[in-house]
Amino acid sequence: MLKRIHILILFMSVLLICSDLQIVLAQELDEMSIYHLPAKWETQNGNVVNLSDFKGNVLVAVMIYTSCKMACPVLIGEMKNIEASVKKKATGDIKYILVSIDPERDTPERLKKISQDYDMTGEQWVFLRGNEETTRDFANLLAVKYRQISPKDFSHSNIISVFDKGGILVHQREGLNVDSEETIDQIVTLLNTKE
Amino acid sequence: MKRLCWYCFLYISSLSVLHSVCAADVASLNGGKYVPLYGAKSGEEITVRSFSLQTTPVTHEAYLQFVRTHPEWRRSKVKRIFAEKSYLQDWTSDLKIPPGRKKSPVTHVSWFAAKAYCKSKGMRLPLLKEWEYAAMASTEKFDARQDPEFTRSILAGYETPKTYLKEVKHDPPNIHKVYDLHGLVWEWVDDFNSVIISGESRNDGDKGLFCAAGAVGATDLANYAAFMRYAFRSSLKAHFALKNLGFRCAKDKE
Repeated sequence: MLKRIHILILFMSVLLICSDLQIVLAQELDEMSIYHLPAKWETQNGNVVNLSDFKGNVLVAVMIYTSCKMACPVLIGEMKNIEASVKKKATGDIKYILVSIDPERDTPERLKKISQDYDMTGEQWVFLRGNEETTRDFANLLAVKYRQISPKDFSHSNIISVFDKGGILVHQREGLNVDSEETIDQIVTLLNTKE
Repeated sequence: MKRLCWYCFLYISSLSVLHSVCAADVASLNGGKYVPLYGAKSGEEITVRSFSLQTTPVTHEAYLQFVRTHPEWRRSKVKRIFAEKSYLQDWTSDLKIPPGRKKSPVTHVSWFAAKAYCKSKGMRLPLLKEWEYAAMASTEKFDARQDPEFTRSILAGYETPKTYLKEVKHDPPNIHKVYDLHGLVWEWVDDFNSVIISGESRNDGDKGLFCAAGAVGATDLANYAAFMRYAFRSSLKAHFALKNLGFRCAKDKE
């Protein structure tokens, strides 16, 4: 009888190891993962990060620039609304990422200031700036269009993108003052998904 | 010893041949000013700095060399996020270019792939304003956009099917000594995603889509050929790999 239990335990532990192994394998990057982008970014705190440092988080990303007077405040407001609604419905690892389309002007200090002005100082808020090339790469992965129209102004698409924990784009919401319900539902679903 | 010298000689001569080939493949363009179809502000002149541009689109032959040395850009290895499924679709395998197209422009390449190719050559993709600057020249004029014959011949090229099968240097070069800017394939530019055309099929006149949307407009709608190029670029995404879309590389002038 005891022997049988031993064998059973052995069998179960083998199963456990196997399922662990499966998780490890599943963690290998999908071909469509945004984490294939090798670029380095500076945060609002002056730290240098890789996008892949966020692996394991649900990502909600938007592109903005700090001297923007028109659409960006609206976009930032919408990010805040999304964050507030999601928080009520689900918990889990999530980052809200605001990437600058004006890397020349948007220094970490300026990003820091805007994060304080908008009361976005929690750990879930990440402001990033790259260089001209990495910014264009990132925008192109998100299909975000932008062009500089004056020294201080950009014309750009207003797109909020949602990525799963492996960095795969699963949802985009385009436009200003668009209903965010679907976006929120998507994020909540992703947060509740175990890998 | 004799043999060693012989090898050295061979090596040096092959280098110089290679060098001259490379030098001949790049045209040097003096900078200038022009009013583009879509400027920052409509009707405003923009400045292009002097730059170098490959005289022809990158050929299958040249791209094959690239994928030989950069396996991550072979058809079977490329990451889907950087190139859609149709990437190098006409190739018969990873290292076999489509038969009979050695000297024709490589197409079915994504923006990410084109960019990586240029980087490997110490170059970059041309900016939109550079490409258009080079492409507004005819065989005789630096700016032939008001030339009805010039526009007509470009449009005729757009209407001809399967021009991507043609070999490069098909027609005489323009005044900058650059070939095939029109007539063979469309070409990637670095900042293709800066083309924003608003007010058409999308909902509510795009006011909800773009910040400062009103600032973007066409200055010269009569230039229908350029309009087609802008419209085409605005429809692209960086992972697209289309059969009539190739590229060439550029470089800042030292």
